[in-house]
Amino acid sequence: MIAPHVAQQTWLHRIGAGTKLLTLAVVSILLGWTAQWLALLIACVIILGVYIVTIPAAGTRLKLYRPLLPLLVGIGLLQIYASGWEIALATLLRLVAMMALADLVTATTPMLDMMDALQPLFRLLRPLGLDERRLSLAVALMLRFIPVIMSEWGKREEAWRARTGRRPPLRLVAPFLSDVLRLADHASEALTARGFDMARSDRVDRGTR
Amino acid sequence: MQLRDLVRVSLFAALVAALGLFPRLDLPLAGGVPITLQTLGVMLAGLFLGARLGFTAVALFLFVVLLGAPLLAGGRGGLGLLFSPSAGYLIGYPVGAFVTGWVLQRTNGTGVFLRALLACLIGGVIVIHAMGIAGLAWKTGMSLQAALLADLVFVPGDLLKAVASAYLASLMPNQTVAAPRSSS
Repeated sequence: MIAPHVAQQTWLHRIGAGTKLLTLAVVSILLGWTAQWLALLIACVIILGVYIVTIPAAGTRLKLYRPLLPLLVGIGLLQIYASGWEIALATLLRLVAMMALADLVTATTPMLDMMDALQPLFRLLRPLGLDERRLSLAVALMLRFIPVIMSEWGKREEAWRARTGRRPPLRLVAPFLSDVLRLADHASEALTARGFDMARSDRVDRGTR
Repeated sequence: MQLRDLVRVSLFAALVAALGLFPRLDLPLAGGVPITLQTLGVMLAGLFLGARLGFTAVALFLFVVLLGAPLLAGGRGGLGLLFSPSAGYLIGYPVGAFVTGWVLQRTNGTGVFLRALLACLIGGVIVIHAMGIAGLAWKTGMSLQAALLADLVFVPGDLLKAVASAYLASLMPNQTVAAPRSSS
């Protein structure tokens, strides 16, 4: 798995996550405004230039976007047909510039900083039932469950292959889902047993704030 | 939300992520078009958790992906996705899970397979593709008709995934799927 965040420090790492997010928002509005392909070309060249200079191994990283190529080609062709090459070029340049800029922000901002920068947003969403502590518990649990799911399924797949020599059929997924659901329920029992109390964590949280 | 629900939400968010990393299930693929199994997870979240929790699970997945975890099929992640032409599909995922669960919770009678299939077709295919088409048209300035045309390539794969999800739902013991726990 290629980590989206680049651990190596770059000058962009030193800029606050909030500033970067704000810049991203402003640039997206500006680029969304103009339909001049020349202006968009300049923006695209600048952003890609910064990208290539700043990010180590920028090439490998950009390769991740290869699955999008057929779609971009398709969009370009449809646009040339429907509204002429200038609009088509402007559209493609805008897409590339914005994706590169946003990826630049992701690459130079650790996930935790990003979550911190989003705190004001979480506070706004609190009346809708969003709670930062539950959110961070959910994120942590999710990240922990991914390898569990993969290895559990891997075991079943191996066992099936050993017995039949074939790829596992779809119906093997049903008991697998039952079992991981049971696993999740065990995990919540274990959390409760270790004194994790949703109601109380709320109260403590509000008290300290 | 109860702790049990929160853990189940995390589990299905992880399942959607795992389906992007580990696409080795035996699904026939349509004509070489890359098909991610991630929408299968979206439909399953709606079917197994119901509208509200299904939405939460997929929204949690999307949140972590946008924060930068490379969990979208192909190892992509980060804010760039919001600006990609397929942003509409991604934003459609949680809505699709919600509608899938909603339809399933509001149908009764006939077997689980048919109810789940209907739910997946409406929530997992129509809703997600409609939002995807809208996003495509918005991001690229294409007309809706042109975007619809570009979208059609992905429809056969998602139809298969709807059938697969409904089949899986029909294999589950009744309480797991047919009557999702409704909790606040």
